[in-house]
Amino acid sequence: MNQYMERIYNGIIKENPCIILMLGMCPTLAVTTSAINGIGMGLSTLAVLIFSNLIISIMRNVIPDQVRLPAYIVIVASLVTVVDLVMQAYVPSLYSALGIYIPLIVVNCIILGRAEAYANKVPPDLAVMDGVGMGLGFTIALTVIGLVREFLGAGTAFGFTVLPEACEPIAIFVKAPGAFLVMAVLIAILNAASISTAANKKVEGCDGCCASCAKSCDAEGKEETKA
Amino acid sequence: MNTSLLLIIITTALVNNVVLSQFLGICSFLGVSKQIKTSASLGAAVIFVITISSGVANLLYTFLLAPLHLEYLETIVFILVIATLVQMVEMFLKKTSPAIYQALGIYLPLITTNCAVLGVALTNVQNGYGFMESVTAGFGTAVGYTIAIVLLAGIRERIDESSIPAPFRGAPVVLLSAALMAIAFMGFGSLSL
Repeated sequence: MNQYMERIYNGIIKENPCIILMLGMCPTLAVTTSAINGIGMGLSTLAVLIFSNLIISIMRNVIPDQVRLPAYIVIVASLVTVVDLVMQAYVPSLYSALGIYIPLIVVNCIILGRAEAYANKVPPDLAVMDGVGMGLGFTIALTVIGLVREFLGAGTAFGFTVLPEACEPIAIFVKAPGAFLVMAVLIAILNAASISTAANKKVEGCDGCCASCAKSCDAEGKEETKA
Repeated sequence: MNTSLLLIIITTALVNNVVLSQFLGICSFLGVSKQIKTSASLGAAVIFVITISSGVANLLYTFLLAPLHLEYLETIVFILVIATLVQMVEMFLKKTSPAIYQALGIYLPLITTNCAVLGVALTNVQNGYGFMESVTAGFGTAVGYTIAIVLLAGIRERIDESSIPAPFRGAPVVLLSAALMAIAFMGFGSLSL
């Protein structure tokens, strides 16, 4: 397996951003009311992630270390604005379904997390493949969660009715509580299968929160430079 | 006028609760809700920052972006303003009221990446709110966030003392509690406002 395929495998399976690293929980819970929305959100994040990784990797020797986070935020925010305008123009129905969560890709921890943890250390080709892998991992996770919620909550899959009329779908799964419920059961299943996730690793001081994560990455980086 | 502002507070704090029905700020909601005391401090910091930032974002949009027809730059402008604002609030509090700074201290920088802050600013623009309405909506949203996170912290303090099936320990049981809270908050949806 060459190093490009390794990045993709890493993104989809080994370090799946959504299920294993538990990053980007807000869009995961919010937009997965249907499989189509999950795919839409996943692909928009994928697009932003590939280009942000590419640009940050190209500029990794130009951006001064002290102002790198603001610089990354500007790069990501510009890309998100582009994606936002493109979606508004070409897929208006999906755009209105995802609504405010499109501009909120800016604060998705996955994007800043990959920039900080990977893209600013490697050449552009690897960074792009990492973006592809992570983005696909996120897309697949969102689609699966969306599919489960859509099937249980509306009796459909990708918009097609699959449950017979006689079966009453459990509407709560497409409402807000369903998101928490499905996510809880999913992590419990992973726990039971003893697959190591960020949720059961109990990283002290990280707490699944991006800002503190960025800080601990910061501290690690400083320690590394000291050593 | 006053009743409409009151309606905005009730709607944003309870009916459309930012965490339990909009899913904004989930990271800190799950991460910093282990103890009532710390989550209340975080809630206070969030109220402070969101109220100010929604006011500032509204002024910038009305007097800078809209006249120049640069509405599409709102995401970039808002996120930079929020990041800068949090820094300034931190420095200002450090100088003027060390007591509040001590209490909020470590939670302030966490708020920059709290998507609720950016979310409120963008929602206010979408709803076409004026200055007062934006500030009120920001305040209401942040109060809703505080209510949710303090309630969850209360539940988690109890959960710590009970025995839970092994696979559900940690994140799953917290998510389940959040699910039950979300069901309870759906009840506010039937308020006829």
